[in-house]
Amino acid sequence: MTAFLSSISYNAWIIPVLLLLPAFGAVGLWALSRLTSGDPDDKRWREARILALAFFVAEAVISLGLWWSVDPAAAGWQAAVDLPWIPQWGVRFSVGVDGIALTLVLLTTLLMPLAVLGSWTSIRTKPHSYYALLMLLTVGMLGVFVALDLVLFYVMWEVMLVPMYLIIGVWGGERRLYAAIKFFIYTMIGSLLMLVAILYLGAEASRVLGSPTFSYDFILNNVRLDPTATLWLFGAFALAFAVKVPMFPFHTWLPDAHVEAPTAGSVILASIMLKMGTFGFIRFALPLFPSAAMNPAVRQFMVVLAVIGIVYGALVALVQPDFKKLVAYSSVSHLGFVMLGIFALTVESMQGALMVTINHGISTGALFLMIGMIYERRHTRMIDDYGGIAKVAPIFATLLTVVSLSSIGVPGTNGFIGEFLVLVGSYKTQPVATVIAATSVIFSAAYLLWALQRIIYNPLTKPENKDIKDLNWREIGLLMPLIAAIIWLGVYPKPLLDKTEAAARHLVEYVETTAASAPVSAPNTAR
Amino acid sequence: MIFDLANPSQLMQALGPDLLLMVGAMVLMLWAAWRPDSNAHQRAVGLASLVLIAATIGMTVWYSTRGLSSNLGVIAVDNFRWAVDIICLVGAGLAIALGMEYNVRERILPAESHVLVLFATAGMMVLASARDLMIVFLGIELMSVAIYVLAGLNRRSAKSAEGALKYFLLGAFATGFLLYGVALIYGATGSTNFVEIGQRVVQGNFIAHPMMLVGTGLLLVGFGFKVAAVPFHMWAPDVYEGAPTPITAFMATAVKAAAFATFLRVWLEAMPGMGDAWFAPVWWLSALAMFVGNLVALAQRNLKRLLAYSSIAHSGYILVAVATGTLDGSAAFLFYLVAYTLASFGAFAVVILVGREGDGNNEIKDYEGLWQVRPELAVAMGVFMLSLMGFPVFGGMGFFGKWYLLMAAIQAPRPLTTLAVVLVLTSVVSAGYYLNVVRVMFMKPRPDGTAEPERGGALTRGVVLATAVAILVLGLVPGRVIRWSHDSTPRSPQVQAAAASALR
Repeated sequence: MTAFLSSISYNAWIIPVLLLLPAFGAVGLWALSRLTSGDPDDKRWREARILALAFFVAEAVISLGLWWSVDPAAAGWQAAVDLPWIPQWGVRFSVGVDGIALTLVLLTTLLMPLAVLGSWTSIRTKPHSYYALLMLLTVGMLGVFVALDLVLFYVMWEVMLVPMYLIIGVWGGERRLYAAIKFFIYTMIGSLLMLVAILYLGAEASRVLGSPTFSYDFILNNVRLDPTATLWLFGAFALAFAVKVPMFPFHTWLPDAHVEAPTAGSVILASIMLKMGTFGFIRFALPLFPSAAMNPAVRQFMVVLAVIGIVYGALVALVQPDFKKLVAYSSVSHLGFVMLGIFALTVESMQGALMVTINHGISTGALFLMIGMIYERRHTRMIDDYGGIAKVAPIFATLLTVVSLSSIGVPGTNGFIGEFLVLVGSYKTQPVATVIAATSVIFSAAYLLWALQRIIYNPLTKPENKDIKDLNWREIGLLMPLIAAIIWLGVYPKPLLDKTEAAARHLVEYVETTAASAPVSAPNTAR
Repeated sequence: MIFDLANPSQLMQALGPDLLLMVGAMVLMLWAAWRPDSNAHQRAVGLASLVLIAATIGMTVWYSTRGLSSNLGVIAVDNFRWAVDIICLVGAGLAIALGMEYNVRERILPAESHVLVLFATAGMMVLASARDLMIVFLGIELMSVAIYVLAGLNRRSAKSAEGALKYFLLGAFATGFLLYGVALIYGATGSTNFVEIGQRVVQGNFIAHPMMLVGTGLLLVGFGFKVAAVPFHMWAPDVYEGAPTPITAFMATAVKAAAFATFLRVWLEAMPGMGDAWFAPVWWLSALAMFVGNLVALAQRNLKRLLAYSSIAHSGYILVAVATGTLDGSAAFLFYLVAYTLASFGAFAVVILVGREGDGNNEIKDYEGLWQVRPELAVAMGVFMLSLMGFPVFGGMGFFGKWYLLMAAIQAPRPLTTLAVVLVLTSVVSAGYYLNVVRVMFMKPRPDGTAEPERGGALTRGVVLATAVAILVLGLVPGRVIRWSHDSTPRSPQVQAAAASALR
């Protein structure tokens, strides 16, 4: 495989192609709907969904080569491409992946076909525009993971906002208008301050280099900031990422957005977009400002917020009457684990955090897909409206149980590995926080199992539920890859851990040594 | 070639594009008056005006490639002037193109309306070239008098008349301030030439001279009025709402461009030594305009008024570039103006297309569900809104415009970090109303019984398409425009010397 890939010089073109393909696809699909049909009330949704699926499958297939072509242990960026974009400002189209970005890129490309399948029958209005927006969203998400230029990163970070805003606002639930604007404004406030921080870093870098640059590598290796500036800049970056993760107390956009978004929107939000926040911490906030991130007060603060998020998310999930909202709050809890793992800063906890990142993408994505399926049948998300579904829809009940167990983190499923690694790793540096966080393992079992009991077990009392149809082949087929991943990663996570280990180790060592060489408490003599 | 401005024939040559436009406009004025008002005549004069503008743009571009300069005199010959000329001419062309169809719908048949736009543009070109306070006054008057008339062009509309009268009275008052400021500065320094003023301020140590300070302050008030900076903005919403929409777009873009260009040149050439006196007022004008413009825009229900307040906010953003007092700032200013002009004209063109006779259908709620009936129009309007908001990719150039401003602000010798943060935060506020328009168009259902917007004329639709495409394309590859604005900063002999010493 590797030989074949290098024979077609795969690494030289794959990332630009992955970014350009959906962009062209989006334009093409939208143009198709405009040029060939004068009917504004578009009836040709079958055509749109098939084209979109074919497109995303193609994208997933060509992206798969990265698994072999990228050597995670090698130093430096893989599959890197570096082209001038705005030479006057030193802005470059500079992309590449390491082991961490690789897993997230693959998660994105592999999930997108499933997201299309999840929208298969539910999206009937303006389907071409809908799938075109999904494609634009993909460009933004992949771009964030691969960008190695701060301006490019920022642009991509913002690009995904508009499609998601429209997806929630046009195809969402009843309170979609509110949810959409809240999602947009929250994310934007966070990211605009990051924009100022990026400009500041660029100005500093230009001073060092003598010509303008926003190169991530250059800033990482050459820009030394005074401690006050470091703290401010870290704050600006951390705010943008914390909103996205979301960390407590910036999480309030998330339940609204998740609940109101259409199924594919929820899946993408939970599985991929939240991960951009944690990815941002790993790629930018920590390595660029190690002294701020390692500052005991800052670190303690972040860990406390993470732990509050873990426990709070779990407790609030416990009392939700709405299943989708329950899963949304469980995301707050899971992402708290990721943040704990990141700021505990040991190799195990970092790898655990990355595992939780992937696992949460798989499990929560699957949960949202299944909620979408049952919602299409019953048009309610309220847990109390169900009961005894196992009798009429046994396949649904079985699969939902498997997915829920994985989300809880039962050993043998993927969820276990990640949380276990985070807890083991974090205990070394943050024992108290870890002990508190560990309690949420119980809570997560409580809220999900309780919900399961009320939805699929219990007596089948409600007449509306008696003729719910079980899953059809499409739905089973779209869940199977996720179920397979749940079991595979639960039993044999080594391939994935191998991919991320070198990058995680490098990051932890880099942050620790750099922070040690530049203690933040040093007096500010520069001014 | 270096023009000797003391030599009348060379002065005429240096004024080439301006003279072409003025002479052409006078001929067109005669032709416009020659026949009775009719739609055909109005269209013919409009087309001829467009041809004249195209010719003037061509001449300006030709001039700008010849590497011209001049000795010290009443006018400047540098790339900054040509750049501002081009922006104003493009604005005038777009305004006339929109007007040719809008005027038919609103039954504004006098063909002179197009010629007045040409005269106003001639005033702007004079302003862009001015290196003498008297020329500044001449340009401002030439521009303003034409605009006063244009604002009241729609005789049947009470709002138009109200706006025009308000603008005229307040404008006359503001010009008084400006003139008094000129007089005081002349009194203090004994010159009206920018560069001489700059030299004498330093030599005679007039930096803290009361007469000079008061004069500068009055000048600031005059400019502040023309660019609708807070607290001199009160006229803007009423005038913008009442004026015919193409003229509103023209006022929001080209008039501002010319006034700001003069502002910048005075700042860079006449007052470089007086940075401390200028800095604080400009800082506050900028911050106030950003705050007030954006906050009040949130409460607007009429799209033209909303765009009026947004243009006040944009004055605030542009004032950030002025406050930097650097050449980078003026490059950012030019780039921003291009993005802002395109987006504003696009947005006003959509307003025209959605609107109905009698300037109806301008409320935001009239845009509900526009996406369902006119998808292209809604997408284009979305692009304009995002561009004004400064959003990357979907807002195209608008993002890099703000980026350039922020970069200039942070890298200025006196870093404007606070102002940069204010700009960023008020941009978030602006999302509240720009996105609201997007939300209304895309996410609200089309109310039952509302008629579809008319198809609109080819020129208006062409303006929408051209501006949207330009914004998007230049948002992906902004390099050329950046280089153009970077090469088009004001270059007086003095500034060049300062730049050279900064390099050393």
